[in-house]
Amino acid sequence: MIPFFLRRVGAGLVLIVIVTAITFFLTYGANIPVARNILGPTASAEQVDILNGQLGLNRPILEQYFAWIGGVLQGDLGTSYYTSEPVVQALASRLPVTLSVVLLSAAITLIISTWLGVVGAARGGVVDAVLQAFSTITFVFPAIILAIAMVYVFAISLKLVPAVGYTPFGESPERWFASVILPAIILSIGGIAALAAQIRGSLVDELSKDYVRTLRSRGVSETSILLKHALRNASGPGFTTFSLQFISLFGASLFIEKIFALPGYGTYGFQATIQFDLPAMLGVTLFGVGLVVVMNLVIDIASGWLNPKVRMS
Amino acid sequence: MNPLLQVSNLRLSYPGRGFRWAAPEVLRGISLDIAPGETLGLVGESGSGKTTLGRAVLGLAAPTSGSIVFDGNDITTASQSERRKLARDIQVVFQDPYTSLNPALPIADILSEPLIGQGKKPSEARRSVTALLDQVGLPADSAARYPREFSGGQRQRVAIARALALQPRLIVCDEPVSALDLTTQARVLDLLIDLQRRTGVAYLFITHDLSVVRHISHRIAVMYRGELVETGPTAQVTEAPESDYTRRLVLASPTADPDRQRERREARRMLSLRSKA
Amino acid sequence: MSTPTIDQVTDVADATAAKRAGAFRRIITTPLGLFSVIVLIGIVMLGLLEPVLRGHDPNTADLAAINAPPGTPGYFLGADQNGRDIWSRVLTAINVSVTSALIGSGVAVGIGSILGLISGYVGKRVDGVLAWIFSLLMTFPALILIMVLQPITGGTYQTMMALFGIFISPGIFWLVRNLVRGVKNELYVDAAKVSGLSNRRILSRHVLYVVRGPIIISAAFMATAAIGIQAGLAFLGFGSAQDANFGTMTADAFLNIYRAPLQLLWPSLFLGLMNAALVLLGNSYRDALAGPQAAARRHRKKRSASTSDATAPSEEPTEARKASAQTQGKLLSVRNLRVSYPNLDGTRKEVVKGISLDIHAGEIVGLVGESGSGKSQTAFSILGLLPKQAEVSADVMNLAGDSLLNHDAKLLRRMRGSVISYIPQEPMSNLDPSFTIGSQLVEGLSSSMSKKEAKETALALLARVGITDPERTFKSYPHQISGGMAQRVLIAGAVAPRPKLLIADEPTTALDVTVQAEILDLLRDLQGELGMGVLLVTHNFGVVADICDRVLVMRDGEMVEGGDVRTIFRNPSHPYTQELIASILDEETVRTDPAPAVLASAKEQK
Repeated sequence: MIPFFLRRVGAGLVLIVIVTAITFFLTYGANIPVARNILGPTASAEQVDILNGQLGLNRPILEQYFAWIGGVLQGDLGTSYYTSEPVVQALASRLPVTLSVVLLSAAITLIISTWLGVVGAARGGVVDAVLQAFSTITFVFPAIILAIAMVYVFAISLKLVPAVGYTPFGESPERWFASVILPAIILSIGGIAALAAQIRGSLVDELSKDYVRTLRSRGVSETSILLKHALRNASGPGFTTFSLQFISLFGASLFIEKIFALPGYGTYGFQATIQFDLPAMLGVTLFGVGLVVVMNLVIDIASGWLNPKVRMS
Repeated sequence: MNPLLQVSNLRLSYPGRGFRWAAPEVLRGISLDIAPGETLGLVGESGSGKTTLGRAVLGLAAPTSGSIVFDGNDITTASQSERRKLARDIQVVFQDPYTSLNPALPIADILSEPLIGQGKKPSEARRSVTALLDQVGLPADSAARYPREFSGGQRQRVAIARALALQPRLIVCDEPVSALDLTTQARVLDLLIDLQRRTGVAYLFITHDLSVVRHISHRIAVMYRGELVETGPTAQVTEAPESDYTRRLVLASPTADPDRQRERREARRMLSLRSKA
Repeated sequence: MSTPTIDQVTDVADATAAKRAGAFRRIITTPLGLFSVIVLIGIVMLGLLEPVLRGHDPNTADLAAINAPPGTPGYFLGADQNGRDIWSRVLTAINVSVTSALIGSGVAVGIGSILGLISGYVGKRVDGVLAWIFSLLMTFPALILIMVLQPITGGTYQTMMALFGIFISPGIFWLVRNLVRGVKNELYVDAAKVSGLSNRRILSRHVLYVVRGPIIISAAFMATAAIGIQAGLAFLGFGSAQDANFGTMTADAFLNIYRAPLQLLWPSLFLGLMNAALVLLGNSYRDALAGPQAAARRHRKKRSASTSDATAPSEEPTEARKASAQTQGKLLSVRNLRVSYPNLDGTRKEVVKGISLDIHAGEIVGLVGESGSGKSQTAFSILGLLPKQAEVSADVMNLAGDSLLNHDAKLLRRMRGSVISYIPQEPMSNLDPSFTIGSQLVEGLSSSMSKKEAKETALALLARVGITDPERTFKSYPHQISGGMAQRVLIAGAVAPRPKLLIADEPTTALDVTVQAEILDLLRDLQGELGMGVLLVTHNFGVVADICDRVLVMRDGEMVEGGDVRTIFRNPSHPYTQELIASILDEETVRTDPAPAVLASAKEQK
């Protein structure tokens, strides 16, 4: 178990280094006239040069990269060009917003899909038909359309939840829940359709396997066969799908934060990108990849715990 | 007379996973030969390396050392183009008639494939299909049909026809009747013997079933854990085996006669008691 | 979409080409397929004819037309809050979406399929490197990177879609790689290699055929993803807000949602139509490729819900009572057993056609027959373990005085755990890979005893079935033990409740002969010890001769003949049994005709 764990951590670190390096060299190497953007068209060439010097942008790119890496290792992601707010601080203040939505959505996806998948595999019929229709709809209507439609129905027409804005958990748990539940549900829709179908399919495969018949021949109950044996063996492909979905969940939360005007890291990253705020952009990238790595590690451990073959190889 | 196929001290190990693992040796110095028109039965249990030996002869597995000589030419490490020429002489019939035929191709395409591979024009190749079908006792109208429309025994006939297409001198038969029903099995074995008498083809006949190998082989080679434990004429190996392993194998194979099987069982018990003592 | 492999496809034999045309024809003959093709062509045509069809320039604002409702002269679908013609903007947006779909899925298919083909076919180190790169690429947070790299892509939707294509290419890569690896291991590819076919021919003839369909299907789904992502990115504000596309149109309408909610309808409608057509096309192509068998399978599944009853009541109770009276004193009695499955056309196919059999306590009965004879169906119907869609009926099915008919599922389940048990054919696949041997054995026992007792019993059983280190095997997972050991474990599980009847389905077929002999010895010993009746299903007459007291011969769902083992072997009365016995390769016939080489050398010596 421990070498397995270390291998996964190693792979995660490699991913972080590669993605941030690619982003760094592509953005810093793109010769974006950062200082000119900040100072505006009226500034003189001299002023631009001075600011470039202050920002360290006139140094060789490798030197800048190692300076950045050095900072990262000390927990310093630099300072935003525009707000002078340290990037770490900015991200830390936005973390609860994004995590609230993303983790809630991940939990909804996992629970509902498992439930739908199990019922679909055990009963078939109506649940199957509903699943089919559900997954077709998620392909047919892009996420933004579904999101807007749900905002229109639940927030604007029915006024069940606020249409925009975020309330911190510490301020009021009920209002926090009201402010993140709709975004989380919208984020989950596509994932539920795909994951439930996947779990249902794997379960049906498992239930047709020989060992299930043998368990039945020993008088083991159907519930135990379904929930203890088949579900556990079907969880491998399910977890793979779920971990990939989790990655796209982060991407999709960009849209959601925009629609609901949630002050999360997506809104921050969007602003940074529009303004070419390089340290902020890299910070968002590092933060995003880091969360993906941590979450995948959790999922890997869970699936390794469930599957002895993976754990022991 | 020179042997058609001569395998000398053949060793083969599959690359293990990672670097730390020592590659397990599947063939540990195998030497055997087959004369033209002869059937050599290769008997062994699962994991004995018998299938790997067949694949090495066919060029589907690469030996680590030793040599395979066909008709005087060393083919141990034959290149792809040399293999293409060898296809005229060495062919194969696999065990599973369900996966050895591409389900997407009609029988005519399957049978003309080897000929086209040798550079014949498709129209020419298709003309020989009827003759091939006739050789294995299938009706001419089979050509336009797909493998799924045939039973296991009929598919195995198609696979045999494909092997015969290039009029080879050696066919490697890898458990060709193991997946078939009893009655079908007997008929396919008779077909193989009949074809050998007519065309003079030699067989390397790989099987785990002693009764099958007795029926078709001139000589038998017994493999155990990558080594040959015994080689000899069929009657000698099956009736008076020399090695302990062969003796155990013979006694473990049940015979279809309750009283003789009882005797055999007792003999096996005695042997295992003796080996334990 | 164009890959260098396309021109290799052209030399595929004409039969394949005909098949491909067939698949397309099958799509357009289904209503959904036809609908999706028409809608797709229609939408693409609208985009192409944009200069002709549009009324106003899509970006020209007319103050007089602000929020004009649909039907306003000159503004077919109305105008937005800037007074721009919605119809013209829809036409322009269609072109953006179509281009996005082509770029996104084209890049993904191009990269994924070429590298997947190489990775799968070449294998070894190339595969190792490519597989590593693509699994890394798969974990890239794609949307964050597309956003952050926007300064590099310049924010044009074409470059963003190309980038998106790269990020989703792992999907195609894994699909193609795994398919190719599967095909590469098929015996027919080995046969093609032995036939001397070149790599190029093998790829074009055997490999591309298999991967083409799945690639096209996932390309359709990736196209919908590209369309959605393009709209999403534009909605967020990447690229010029002035450009007419479904994303900016949605964003504009969203801002205007309180005043003119109808404006949201148009982008949603066209996006939905386009994606629905793509999804349905993908699905109907999948169905067309899968062919009639897959359709049949689905059909059967649907029917199974309606006919879920496993045991139908016997029709003539008086007859049954009479038969039941005859069967007293026997361990198992079955009269007039019938098993049938639904056909596609609603009729039923009978696979067991009214057979009767008896088993006495302490007797081993062999049930023999060739494939399709119904012998396994008979065994499983007694166990009550046939699939849901099977319909079972019998006049009598008595086991140790209890009827197995008309019982509720719970009672049958309890009987399976105690009175009747089962040994399967394939030892490995019959153990759950995720649980230790011990926990699987204990699970079957724990209904009748405490956990601790169950563990002790399980260990004792493992020792009894000849496992040398029971403690270790108890803690092992199935993949850590050999096939012969696994079969011993399964036997231990089957005899654990001390059943009265043991049903063994080809219990030694998957084993080597030396292991088979040991397992048969074990079965014989256990049978003597527990006094069980055994029904042994097999195709092997050697096994029958070794262990059975009586033998029953089945063919095509009917009982042909039954009797004492010696009688059946020496004096079979039915012609089919005679044929079967004659087909046994008996041990006296050793091949005697000498090989030609031996003849030749004999001649030489003369």
